[in-house]
Amino acid sequence: MNCASKEEEIYTPIPYNLEVPTLFADKLIAPIIPANNPLTQEGVSLGKKLFFDTILSGDETQSCASCHNPKRAFTDNKQFSEGINGNFGKRNAMPLFNLAWNFDERFTWDGKEFSLEKQAFEPVSNPIEMHANWKIVTEKLQQHLEYPTLFLQAFGTSKIDSTLVTKAIAQFERTLISGNSKFDRYLQGETTLTPEEENGFDIFMDEAKGDCFHCHGSNNNPLWTDNKFHNNGLDTNFSDLGLGKITGDPSDNGKFKSPSIRNLTFTAPYMHDGRFATLEEVIDHYSEGLKRSSTIDPLMKKINQGGVQLSRQDKADLKAFLLSLSDPNFTSNTSFLK
Amino acid sequence: MKKIITLLILTIFIVSSCSKEEENLLVTLNFTHHWNGTIITNQDLNELKFTNENGDKLSVERLRYLVSNISLIGAKNYHLVDFGENYGASITVSDITPGSYNLKFRFGFSDEDNTDGVYQDLNSVNLNVPGMLGGGYHYMQFDGKYLDNNNQESGFNYHTIRAVNNAEPNNLKFEDTSFEVDLGTVIITNSAEIEIKMNLAAWFKNPNTWNLNELNTVLMPNFEAQKMMSANGKSVFSLGTIN
Repeated sequence: MNCASKEEEIYTPIPYNLEVPTLFADKLIAPIIPANNPLTQEGVSLGKKLFFDTILSGDETQSCASCHNPKRAFTDNKQFSEGINGNFGKRNAMPLFNLAWNFDERFTWDGKEFSLEKQAFEPVSNPIEMHANWKIVTEKLQQHLEYPTLFLQAFGTSKIDSTLVTKAIAQFERTLISGNSKFDRYLQGETTLTPEEENGFDIFMDEAKGDCFHCHGSNNNPLWTDNKFHNNGLDTNFSDLGLGKITGDPSDNGKFKSPSIRNLTFTAPYMHDGRFATLEEVIDHYSEGLKRSSTIDPLMKKINQGGVQLSRQDKADLKAFLLSLSDPNFTSNTSFLK
Repeated sequence: MKKIITLLILTIFIVSSCSKEEENLLVTLNFTHHWNGTIITNQDLNELKFTNENGDKLSVERLRYLVSNISLIGAKNYHLVDFGENYGASITVSDITPGSYNLKFRFGFSDEDNTDGVYQDLNSVNLNVPGMLGGGYHYMQFDGKYLDNNNQESGFNYHTIRAVNNAEPNNLKFEDTSFEVDLGTVIITNSAEIEIKMNLAAWFKNPNTWNLNELNTVLMPNFEAQKMMSANGKSVFSLGTIN
């Protein structure tokens, strides 16, 4: 028995306790933590280091954080992100927060990844993203001065493979919790809303006006998303099939995941293809810009009129409410910065 | 003598096993769905293949509903059936003793149980009703498309909640539109599967023939529509096979 084996036998990582916001604990069921990847302090710390390390990309110029910038709620401000070879994808980088409460565990805009661990696997080898070879990446990590020890402490083995890399990244991602916006504090009686924000919330919740709550949560669902897939009337014909390409079911064509409307201050541009640069454009879309198609969600109302026909004041107020869900404490949280 | 003792022990064991089994019957309630007798599954979603009593052609795209206080389960209980996602349609009840039972449940929540925001699992699946309508939970979300008078596909949201008259927003008036479904007496002698059938067509039929061109969306704040949906709902469920 060599020394490494002895060490592997004795090191026990320390459990990591998620700091769950009171509102989440009160309103939601427990977050999803896989039994085969429990959170540990060592695992989360390792995941963070990997998340910010360019060693994961083919030419060591990009890390996960290149497209998922913590100061922008873990997205970037580009319509499409640029990979290491100058290639662009066709989807907007999704922000990352409150991922442990995605109860169906379907990740990405089209739901193709069935766990955070699996989601973390793909961008590393994707030719238009980090374009690395996992075998080479793990070899480099294995030769690294620090990583073997960090993996040993996190997972009880210093032998590094892609599964453990993605497990560590997923652990870090599960700690990215955003639940301290102005609206959260309002719900806890710690602040008040402006009349515009109050009216905006009413429009959001009013089935006869915005009717946003059916897909985007409410004061009782602080995720502000249903994490489901909808065709929200962006196109008559689909250049990107979204969920339909994954399921093969034509009735899923043009459906994409409802994103959380938290942190919109930081996450422009909007929609799966980043087609809207501003929140005004987003609101105009639901108000007047809906396009009819065979799979448009029945929850999209008044399609004959192009949408729910909000007044100028209602649009402004709705925007004010939406911005009250942004959480600067999240984007400046030093635990999440490099 | 040794053989006799062994036989005696074995007999006691078998008898006690049998009686124990009898006292702990499992009953599974299976919610199934049909359109005027034609069985439908979630493979039938998204197609304009149904015609309601009023003659409107329609599709089913989303159907989920809440049942509560099932009589076979002792304590207060509730269950969400999500037809589209194939979730919750089978409810297994354990520790049933043989006997005669009145099988009933409530569609939705009674006012007493319809407390805003308190059910974490229902909040997590976004089943809430806005506070401006009194809060609480949807009883049912039944969404689809119908062929409108212009022969175009339009959406409908047949959403049932506690009826609320919101003519005066600061003085909401409620009517409990959840209702009890009494499926009659079932005799349980062994572990069994009991089918509870929902006829989707009945939501559009009796006593109110439903015209989707007139009543399609924004039904949650529509006090009269909620009462009509509740009335129609009373003939939606029936007892199916017991195996």
